[in-house]
Amino acid sequence: MTTEDAPHLDELIASWRDWIERRDALSIRDVDELESHLRDRVDALSAAGLTDDEAFLIAVKRLGSMDELSREYAAEHSGRLWKQLVLHDSSDSEGTDASDGTMPFVRRANGLTIALLLGVGAGIAVKATELLTGDPELVFRNIAVLVLPFLAAWFAWRRRPPIGTLLGVAATFALVALALNLYPFDGGSSTVTVATQNSATAVLATIGSIVALWLVTGIVDAGGAWRSDRTRMDFLRFSGEWLVYYVLIAIVGGALSGLTVAVFASIQVDIAPFIVEWVLPCGAAGAVLVSAWLVGAKQRVIENIAPVLTKVFTPLFTLMMLALIVASVMQWNLVGGSRELLIAFDLVLVVVVALLVYAISARDPALAPGWFDRLQVLMLVAALVVDVIVLVAMIARTGEFGFSANKTASLGLNLILLANLAWATWLQIGFVRRRVPFGRVESWQTAYLPVYLAWAAILVFAFPPMFDFA
Amino acid sequence: MRIGKDLVAAAATPVVLGILAEGESYGYAILQRITELSAGELEWSDGMLYPLLHRLERLGHVESEWRQSSGGRPRKHYRLSAQGASTLADHRRQWSIVGGVLDQVWPGDGDNRQPRLALGLG
Repeated sequence: MTTEDAPHLDELIASWRDWIERRDALSIRDVDELESHLRDRVDALSAAGLTDDEAFLIAVKRLGSMDELSREYAAEHSGRLWKQLVLHDSSDSEGTDASDGTMPFVRRANGLTIALLLGVGAGIAVKATELLTGDPELVFRNIAVLVLPFLAAWFAWRRRPPIGTLLGVAATFALVALALNLYPFDGGSSTVTVATQNSATAVLATIGSIVALWLVTGIVDAGGAWRSDRTRMDFLRFSGEWLVYYVLIAIVGGALSGLTVAVFASIQVDIAPFIVEWVLPCGAAGAVLVSAWLVGAKQRVIENIAPVLTKVFTPLFTLMMLALIVASVMQWNLVGGSRELLIAFDLVLVVVVALLVYAISARDPALAPGWFDRLQVLMLVAALVVDVIVLVAMIARTGEFGFSANKTASLGLNLILLANLAWATWLQIGFVRRRVPFGRVESWQTAYLPVYLAWAAILVFAFPPMFDFA
Repeated sequence: MRIGKDLVAAAATPVVLGILAEGESYGYAILQRITELSAGELEWSDGMLYPLLHRLERLGHVESEWRQSSGGRPRKHYRLSAQGASTLADHRRQWSIVGGVLDQVWPGDGDNRQPRLALGLG
C-alpha cells in the first residue's frame, strides 16, 4: 500500500510546493526546508496509522496559515520583498547551489562577463579610433558605427539569430560606415573645430545613423523574427528600459566623476583631463552594454519603469499641450516663432509617440478601455492640433526661405510622426468606442517602425548628396 | 492549559537555543523535543519555527548546514554557536530572575511551582 501511495504523496507535495513558491518572501531553500519538515511530519503521522493524504492534510494544517508564515518570513528576510538584481542566477540567491557548479562561467549572472567584455570593447573602439585618427569629430560622427556593433554582438550572443540575419546586419553597418566616412562633408577634418560638426548634413547623418543602426540592432535582438509584432514590441520595451538605465548610469557616473575630480583637486591633483578624455568616452560607450545587460537581467525582477513614467507624464504632457493650444490661439504666436520651432515640435511629437508606445507596451490587451485610454485620445488630439498649427506656419515660412537640410529633415520627421499620430488617434478613438480591437492599436505602432528606419536611412545616404554636404 | 501567545513568543528563543545546546538538531526534531518537554503545552504552528531559526542564524546564534538524512532526504541542521551559547546563558539569567520574582510573588504550593519548572528549562 505504501508503494502505491508514495507517488500520490509526492504529487500532493509537488502541488503544495507550487503554491508556496509563489510567495516572494520564501526562497526555494526555505521551501525545501519546509518540505523536509512536512515529510517528517507525514512519516510520523503515517507511522501512527494515518493514510498518506490524511497525514499530508494534517501536516500542512500544522504548518500554520501560509499568510502568517510568509509574513514572518518577510519580517525576517525583508530584503526579499525588494526584488534584488539577479547577480546570482535565477536558481537561488543564497549560498552555493548545485546548478552553479555546472553552469559555464560566461553564462552566469545572465552573461555579465560577456556584457562587460563587450562594453570594454566598445570603450576601446571609441578611444582607439580617436587616438588613431586624432579627430574627435570623426569619432562623434561614427559613434553609432563604433558602439552599436558591440550591442549587436551582445544580442547575437544572447539570441543566436540565423547567420543570414547577422550577415545582413553586418552589411548594413558597413554601408553606413562607408557613407559616413566617404562622403566629403563640408568642414571635415581640415577645419579646426572641437567635437562639433560644421556640416549640417553630417550632423543629420550622424543622428540618422544612430536611429537606423539602433533599429537594425533590434533585428539581431529579434533573433531573425523581426517581422513579428511581438518581437518588435519587445524591442521597443527594451529600448525604453535601456534608455532609463542609461540615463541613471549617466547621472550616477557623472556625479561620481565630479566627486572624484573634487577629491583629487583637494590634494592638488588635476584629474579632470583624464576623466574627460578617458573615463567619459569609455564609460559612455561601455554603459551602452551595461544598460543592455541590466534590462535583460532585471526583465523579470522589477516592473518596467518606462510604462510607469508614461503613466505619470501622460496627464502632465496633455495639460502642457492644451495650455499651448490656448496660448497660441490667444497670441497667435506660433506662426512668428523662431527657426527652432519645428525641431522643438518634432521633439514634442517624439515624446507623444513615446508616451503612446510605452503605454501600449504595458497595457493588458484584454482590459476594456478605461480613463487612461480616453486621456490618451485627448493627448493625441491636442498633439495633432498643435502640430497642424505649427506645420501650416512653418510650411508658409519655408516657402519664403527655401529648403535647408535641417528644415527638410525636421519637416520630414514631423510629417512622419504626424501621419503616425493621425492614424493612431483614429485607432485609439475606435478602441475607446470599442470598435477597434486593441491588437490593431498595438500593431500599428510596431508596423510603423520600418518608416523610421527608412527616414533615418534617407538622412544617412540621400541627404548629404542632396544638400551638397553642406 | 494553553500558554499565552506573548509568553510563547518570549520563550521561543531561549527554548530553541536550549534545545540546540543539547546537540545539533533540525526543525522537525526541535518541535518534537519542545512537545515532549512541555507535554504539548508549549506549542505554536510548525512553520513559525523556521523564520525564528533563520533569525537566530542571521544574528549568529546558530549555524546551519544542509545534510542528507538517513532516508536520503536533504535536511537543514542547526547548531548552537559560541555566541549563541553566551546568549543562552544571558537568557537563562534573565529568566531565572523573572522566575525568582514570580516565586516570591506567588508563595508556593505545588501548582504554582509549575511556572518555575517551565522557566527553568531555558
